[in-house]
Amino acid sequence: MTGAQIAARAATQTTVIPRRSGSERAREGAFRVLMYGAVGLAFVALAGILADALADGLPVLSWDFLTRFPSRILPDRAGIESAIVGTIYLMVICAVLVVPLGVATAVYLEEYADRDRWWNRLVEINIQNLAAVPSVVYGILGLAFIVRGPLSLGNVLLAGGITLALLVLPVVIIVAREAIRAVPPSIREGALALGATQWQTIWKQVLPGSIAGIATGAILALSRAIGETAPLLVIGAAASPRFNPDGLDSQFTALPIQIFVWTQDPNRAFVERAAGAIIVLMAILLLMNSVAIWLRNRYEQKW
Amino acid sequence: MGAGPRIAASSGASGGARVSLTRAPSARSRFEALVRAALFAAAAVSVVVTLAIIGSLVVETVAFFGDVKWSDYLFGTKWTPLFAGEQQSFGVLPLVWGTAYLSLIALAVAVPLGLLSAIYLAEYAPARVRRVVKPVLETLAGVPTIVFGYFALTFFTPEVLRGFFGTEVNQFNALSAGIIMGFLVLPTIASVAEDAMSAVPQSLREGAFGMGAGKLTVALRIVFPAALSGIVAALILGASRAIGETVIVLIAGGQTASLGLDPREGHQTMAAFIAATSRGDIPTGSIEFETIFVVGFTLLVLTLILNFFSIRLVRRYRQVYE
Repeated sequence: MTGAQIAARAATQTTVIPRRSGSERAREGAFRVLMYGAVGLAFVALAGILADALADGLPVLSWDFLTRFPSRILPDRAGIESAIVGTIYLMVICAVLVVPLGVATAVYLEEYADRDRWWNRLVEINIQNLAAVPSVVYGILGLAFIVRGPLSLGNVLLAGGITLALLVLPVVIIVAREAIRAVPPSIREGALALGATQWQTIWKQVLPGSIAGIATGAILALSRAIGETAPLLVIGAAASPRFNPDGLDSQFTALPIQIFVWTQDPNRAFVERAAGAIIVLMAILLLMNSVAIWLRNRYEQKW
Repeated sequence: MGAGPRIAASSGASGGARVSLTRAPSARSRFEALVRAALFAAAAVSVVVTLAIIGSLVVETVAFFGDVKWSDYLFGTKWTPLFAGEQQSFGVLPLVWGTAYLSLIALAVAVPLGLLSAIYLAEYAPARVRRVVKPVLETLAGVPTIVFGYFALTFFTPEVLRGFFGTEVNQFNALSAGIIMGFLVLPTIASVAEDAMSAVPQSLREGAFGMGAGKLTVALRIVFPAALSGIVAALILGASRAIGETVIVLIAGGQTASLGLDPREGHQTMAAFIAATSRGDIPTGSIEFETIFVVGFTLLVLTLILNFFSIRLVRRYRQVYE
């Protein structure tokens, strides 16, 4: 065969490959429509949820709304100061407890734990399972162990903070482990070769290298904690208190609880207050998420 | 690392030129051991938490079964623990049914939408579309459930459901709570399933394309089956989220435990019962107090069984390709 013949045959052979049949193209098109529909519905749901809260809640937003205490009788004078303060306190308590504990656990599992030991495997399996436990069950734990029972703190701020900390502990551990794992082994080997002890290597090299990832994950975990309603309901957060918590042993409420109480009120004016509180809660979450994304982009280590 | 033999002279204890290969516990190595012990203690806290959860549930559950026959609990068809006297009944089946029913409604929404979104993201979407769609799904996953509940009660039930089905729709109904819960679960299913499909090696797709397969065939006949165990794990994870979800049901699903089939009527789930009941200041040790724990224990066992299967499936699908 000459080159010319090969070229000629190649030219004709392109027509041998069968054209897509019409029905196949139709199915392809129909499937695309389904996929666009699915993604579109997710968009619509998110937009609908936000738009509904904005439409109901924007009219009640004002400085007074943010700086007044809830009222059971007068919706016009009801505000969310005690809920905002409670949520901020809960976030701080939760962070103070969960960040050291979660990071220490992650360091242990990534840097020290010997996978062949049964107790280390137990800790790992346990964390995977804890992450799947429904939040309301953490509420039961809080009620039985922290509010009453062994710790008997009562339904106070500290009990709420501990309960939320335990709830997000598995999340913090998992993200911290990923951040620590992202530090390449060569960094550790370099430090050890220079004579650093294992803890010096971790403290001076591994943790600084993974701090951005840990911080990002911790903020996201905290934003999950302050959005939780069920555990706080179960341990008995106060409904519409007319005071700010003044210490760890004070009764408290939080934004999700206040939203819950107002949503269930038969008076429409209170339901609008709930929407107002939703906007404030979402704004706080948005702020936290923006900080997390900014941290990740600004400080993320490239190895 | 720190455990190897160390030259004692270098720790500066004696100042002489004595060189020994036996390990002398220096202050530094003692500190290292202390740090290690402290970190292990932190890791042990999570195990203590599990033990505390199980312990607190089991103690009250045992007390509960001292008062109520276990067969009455497991097979009884009437759940009215808060009623007085003769009316009081502890059959858990209505709560189990309510939980299953609402989860099924949620999954009927979340599974098709979640899987279609996952296929779109893994196989079809151009990078710049992914950059928009993924954050939207993540945002949806980050919205607190109380906000979903508010939407279900104040918009979805009165405006959408009553618009379609008329005023026979109860203010608190299974349909609204279930569908909205579906949108809560959707991002979970979409993201886990997408990860599973993205992990399918490119060579499989290229092989199929080389045989003349179209894009749809590759997505549904090659990638989907190859990622199946990961996709099933995604579904199980979604189901366990739906089963444990509390606030949406509490707000929009009603508070009557029923064995009914009508989705326009209210149903109560196990999680919603726990939250609703523990809100009232019930005294420790009363039978009402114990019901919270026995229902919580039932719920925990259910989710742990689901989680067990999900972890096993994920592990298996991880091993498929080299």
